[in-house]
Amino acid sequence: MSQPIAPVTRPTSTPAATAPAPRWVEVLLLCAVAAVIFGVMRVAAEWRAPLSPGAHIELSPARLPYYAALSTLRMVLAYIVSLAFSLAYARTAAASRAAERVMLPLLDILQSIPILSFMPGVVLGLVALFPGRTLGLELAAVILIFTSQAWNLAFSFHQSLITIPGELTEAARVYHLGFWRTFTRLELPFGVISLVANSMMSWAGGWFFLMASEQFTLGNGNLRLPGLGSYLAAAADAGDTRALVLGLLTLVVVIVLIDPLLWRPLVAWSDRFKFETSGTEQPSSKVLDVLRGSVLVDALKSRVLRPLARRIDRAFSSSIASERAEEAAAGSPARRRVWTSVGTALVALAILAVVWAGVLSVHTLATLSSGDWEHIAVSAGATLARTTIALIIAAAWTIPAGVAIGTNPQWSRRLQPLVQVTASIPATAVFPVLLLALLAVPGGLNVAAVALMLLGTQWYVLFNVIAGAMAIPSDLKEAATNYHVVGWRRWKTLILPAIFPYLVTGMITATGGAWNASIVAEYVNFAGHTTSTVGLGALIAGAAERSQFPLLLAGTLVMAGIVIIINRLLWRRLYGYAETRFRLG
Amino acid sequence: MATTTRALTSRQPGTVLLAAEGVRKFFGDDRSPVLERIDLELREGEFVALLGPSGSGKSTLLRILAGLLDPSDGRVLVHGSPLHGPNRQVAIVFQGFALFPWLTVYQNVELGLLATNVPDAERRERALRAIDLIGLDGFEEAFPKELSGGMKQRVGFARALVVQPEVLFMDEPFSALDVLTAETLRSELRDLWSDSAMPTKSVLMVTHNIDEAVSMADRILVFGANPGRIRVELKGLRPAERRDKSAARTRLVDAIYQVITNPDEDAEQLVEHYTARPPTRRRRAEPPRPRRYQTLPDVSIDDLTGFVQYLSGIGNSGTLSDLARDLQMKGEVLFRIAEATDLLGFADIQERSVFLTPLGQRFASLELDPQKALFRHSVLDHISLMREIVHRLEESPSHSLESEVVLEELETSFTSAEARRQFETLVDWGRYAELFSYDDVDGELRLDEEHYNV
Ligand SMILES: Nc1ncnc2c1ncn2[C@@H]1O[C@H](COP(=O)(O)OP(=O)(O)OP(=O)(O)O)[C@@H](O)[C@H]1O
Ligand SMILES: [Mg+2]
Repeated sequence: MSQPIAPVTRPTSTPAATAPAPRWVEVLLLCAVAAVIFGVMRVAAEWRAPLSPGAHIELSPARLPYYAALSTLRMVLAYIVSLAFSLAYARTAAASRAAERVMLPLLDILQSIPILSFMPGVVLGLVALFPGRTLGLELAAVILIFTSQAWNLAFSFHQSLITIPGELTEAARVYHLGFWRTFTRLELPFGVISLVANSMMSWAGGWFFLMASEQFTLGNGNLRLPGLGSYLAAAADAGDTRALVLGLLTLVVVIVLIDPLLWRPLVAWSDRFKFETSGTEQPSSKVLDVLRGSVLVDALKSRVLRPLARRIDRAFSSSIASERAEEAAAGSPARRRVWTSVGTALVALAILAVVWAGVLSVHTLATLSSGDWEHIAVSAGATLARTTIALIIAAAWTIPAGVAIGTNPQWSRRLQPLVQVTASIPATAVFPVLLLALLAVPGGLNVAAVALMLLGTQWYVLFNVIAGAMAIPSDLKEAATNYHVVGWRRWKTLILPAIFPYLVTGMITATGGAWNASIVAEYVNFAGHTTSTVGLGALIAGAAERSQFPLLLAGTLVMAGIVIIINRLLWRRLYGYAETRFRLG
Repeated sequence: MATTTRALTSRQPGTVLLAAEGVRKFFGDDRSPVLERIDLELREGEFVALLGPSGSGKSTLLRILAGLLDPSDGRVLVHGSPLHGPNRQVAIVFQGFALFPWLTVYQNVELGLLATNVPDAERRERALRAIDLIGLDGFEEAFPKELSGGMKQRVGFARALVVQPEVLFMDEPFSALDVLTAETLRSELRDLWSDSAMPTKSVLMVTHNIDEAVSMADRILVFGANPGRIRVELKGLRPAERRDKSAARTRLVDAIYQVITNPDEDAEQLVEHYTARPPTRRRRAEPPRPRRYQTLPDVSIDDLTGFVQYLSGIGNSGTLSDLARDLQMKGEVLFRIAEATDLLGFADIQERSVFLTPLGQRFASLELDPQKALFRHSVLDHISLMREIVHRLEESPSHSLESEVVLEELETSFTSAEARRQFETLVDWGRYAELFSYDDVDGELRLDEEHYNV
């Protein structure tokens, strides 16, 4: 081909890539690596340690970095498990119609269940599984965080998988990339941006459950995981305000630091996987630039990571030859018959397990007296009242505030970072402070419970309202101003309809969150005493502590049921209505 | 241009590389097929073009032949044995390029070779050679987003050629490119093909563009829609006749126009007078199509009225190609609009020109309300489905009709996607004619009592 070539922009190397990082950065990196290795070893030792009753938390500020490291490590571990699970789950669901039909609704149900209601049961079970070791408690914490992180990651990756442009999938098939190469060259890169975005969300939610699980106490409050959550609880117990403030500060610093150290570099790095070619603003990260310039990182990449990646790639990739052999084998009737019978057996086994669990549950529930059920009903009513109050307060302040922030670019620029930092503090971390302040007052636990629910859920609503307000097209706003649509009429005809679908989305998440919170909020072990108020959360936590398994099961099922019903009957309907009536564009 | 070995071999058909036998395709639980009994053979040394209207199933057929889709009925034969799974003899060049944006040009091209167990060194050499051949030298490390559309499609070609496919498939490979770039790439591909610079033995190209098909193909298959089927097969031009505006070329283009602009007539008869040579092979007579309603072209009221106004402004007539150029529309789109005005009696399409009828001229001269009244009468006169719907609305006690009922009716003659489009056009025209109103939320057609009094 000898035709002239149209001028195009040549690839430009990023300036940072050529600028070597200063020496101290290398030293810092080396220290960081050493610290991580040391931390992991310490935790491993901690895990094998026998479960010493009365393992106490030292309130000396010098211990804070250690506790912070333990908490962070738990988060990292849980996140890795969540990520691996969601990749596998989403990939399997996208592989076949039949799998999709079962796995997606299941995910939806898992997502709407208030996870904390299972915590007492899970902790009890795991501690019993590893008697005398902290390993059970650690696993319980990881599982709890996992359940708060995995679902939306799985949903997001599944969404990516099914939106891959058809031509790209076809190209992968025409050029026989096979499973592994299609996964690593097409599917993972395509989903990476939304995975990173959802990971940030998952991570934020994870802190809430980490704090809750570290504060969780069994028996006389003797079983406790060392970490920031337990430090805060112990400080509040002891009425040590200085430790409380220092603990909270450490938590905020850790949470805030993770953003520039982990998420921003990831966001900047993942930008290369952006699919649209139109050039919008590229996210940048100083940390990533420094890492790219580092000799150490470079050596690590070319000596260890690349060869390792190539090895893995070789090991997992199929070739046309192997594909052909496999096809021949898979095509043979004997092999096919084996697979079909294995599949049928698995499905039958799963059905059997579900039925067995159902029968067992019914048996267990049958042991409950009518008085117990009455108790459950009254408790559910009380918690319903509390969550409703919390949601109303949340909507009442977030709608005006969110609209103000969302429609005013200046405010939005100034307030967004502040709001984000405030929102990132897990409500469960603040709870001990609330208890310290309110428990002395009559009805204090009631107020504290509603406050916890509010703290834990209002941000979902606020962020959604802001997003909704920002999405109002400016020509609509101008038209409204032009026709003198102002005051209440402006709210009624423009703003409320525009933010309504967003508001509902926020409310769905908030409802689940508020019910969840009731379990830690309505029943507390504080300063050596157990204090509780009437509510479903208190009933569940109390039943777990007293090992009343039938009551625990009933309470958990009722709570999960209520949340699912509220979502289905109220929010989903409102959302459907909003989708058809108020959709912009 | 040198005499070509390819063109010679094409006159003595080589061995059959790929064949479709009685291929039919249904999507989902559609009752009408997208493809109806397709028989096709692809022989060594041939460049075949598939030409036809949008939605007629050309891409679907291509994907079935490539083994990406399974036929619902019939089979695909590769060298005489039935095909299962992706066809290993085939590489595809896609309309949207289908490049992996996170891989460099080199990595994209190399992609096709990864699964072949070619040793590393040879793989690298072959990829670089393909890049070189296709004019991408110096762009190996560039990412697709840094390239212009034409360069992107070059990568698409390089990726396809590097695997040395026996058959090369192209699905509208030039339609996403601007006119000049497309012409450049076309002529380069023509040279590569006729100089036997690529090891490919046969090419199958889907296109909308008649000139493209005529200038490249040894054999042209004209597709029809609803259901998708091969209406007629025409022998391509000799290489010498392809480039300039030769008489042979004009005749072939005219013949194809004839076929495309008369979708409901017997294509064999339409082309009979085109050449002394009869068509290469007699196909069995077109299956009689039990269709209750004529197909409404997917044209909005705005385009329709705008087109009539425009025609009346330039002296009531124009050739399709001039109009397409002046209105800056794709020929395909313009043709649909012209077809709609023809259907309503506002214009006549003859050969490759459109003439406004007296009715159309009157329509153009009227104010909005009388214009709507005229449209109302035309639409009821010419569109049987519209008559039927208004009749049913009248019969119904509530003077309303569920959209589902209409859609179900349409689905007896069209695929579900096409039925949706038909319904949307119907609603658009009916609303403008003020025959009925339509509520999108509850999906109900309601008779417009005020205007309907026939
Ligand atoms: N996966 C699918 N599921 C359902 N219907 C489909 C699918 N793919 C194509 N169709 C339908 O089949 C018909 C033919 O589509 P196809 O893309 O093959 O047409 P085409 O001739 O290539 O059209 P174009 O020129 O617009 O590319 C269309 O009506 C389309 O809606
Ligand atoms: Mg197509």
